[in-house]
Amino acid sequence: MDVEAARLIGAGLASIALIGAGVGIGIIFGNYLSGALRNPGAAAGQFTNLLVGFALCEFTGLLGVVMAFIILFT
Amino acid sequence: MASPMEQFEVHPIIPIEVGGLDISFTNASLWMVIVVAVTALFLTMGASSRRLVPTRMQSIAELSYVFIADMIRSAAGTEGLKFFPFIFTLFMFVLFANLIGLLPPIGFHPFTVTSHIAVTFSLAFFVFLMVIFVGLWRHGLGFFSLFAPKVPFVMLIILIPIEVVSFLSRPISLSVRLFANMLAGHTMLAVFGTFVVALASAGGALSFLSIAPLLAITAVSALEFLIAFLQAYVFAILTCIYLNDALHLHEHH
Repeated sequence: MDVEAARLIGAGLASIALIGAGVGIGIIFGNYLSGALRNPGAAAGQFTNLLVGFALCEFTGLLGVVMAFIILFT
Repeated sequence: MASPMEQFEVHPIIPIEVGGLDISFTNASLWMVIVVAVTALFLTMGASSRRLVPTRMQSIAELSYVFIADMIRSAAGTEGLKFFPFIFTLFMFVLFANLIGLLPPIGFHPFTVTSHIAVTFSLAFFVFLMVIFVGLWRHGLGFFSLFAPKVPFVMLIILIPIEVVSFLSRPISLSVRLFANMLAGHTMLAVFGTFVVALASAGGALSFLSIAPLLAITAVSALEFLIAFLQAYVFAILTCIYLNDALHLHEHH
């Protein structure tokens, strides 16, 4: 296989990591929302945990993006 | 066509070389100076009037102060407030670097300081070192009990390596998150921008289609403003949480 073609395929494969990040972020915000609707009084106190969970989750996907960028542009 | 990564290139403006070490004043340094100057100017102007009924500038400055103070109090307890100047500086620097990087290019392209891992890793590593020093200063060698949660002894064999690795990966995750978010966002804007130009210059019916990526780029820009703020907030709050670990070890404040 041509190296250039393999590079492009590799970058595409690396972006698959974003599927997991998307699913994870959806689960975090969805569950926060359903919890917040059941008990709105406790919602504000958990906002920090929500964002921390979001950040940790997003990081795994971003590693894939960085890999894709490294493969594509270096 | 220009590569979407061209906006992240660092060019020396005033070349300086000391003992074979390249410490040129680059566009990255220039924009960092601009970020610090704008932040300082903004907060000094906001704090200078000191009216009982605040002006708009003063309320923005006060709101950001109260916002960060509340965040530290909720994440690291009242003791964490000792670190307020550090965390506030960190937050404002990252926030303004992110926001200034989003300025539209008019003649010159604004440089996003935080889109370089050299910058974000320096910030994150400083936070990491500070957490270790604060922990050792507060608890002495007891700080290392952070790696051993109160669980049955057999579990510790598995948990201690996991805790150590997760502790050591903190500066990496903190810096890569910020840098990758900025890099990915700005690259996405540049790629959508090339779509607009390519479609508009294609001629015929295709030119009308160029409105679609133009609308997309507008929506993405709005999202980027949210991300610029959110990443600064996440950076600051994770710093608070790490500080809380160092200050209180396992017990919750």
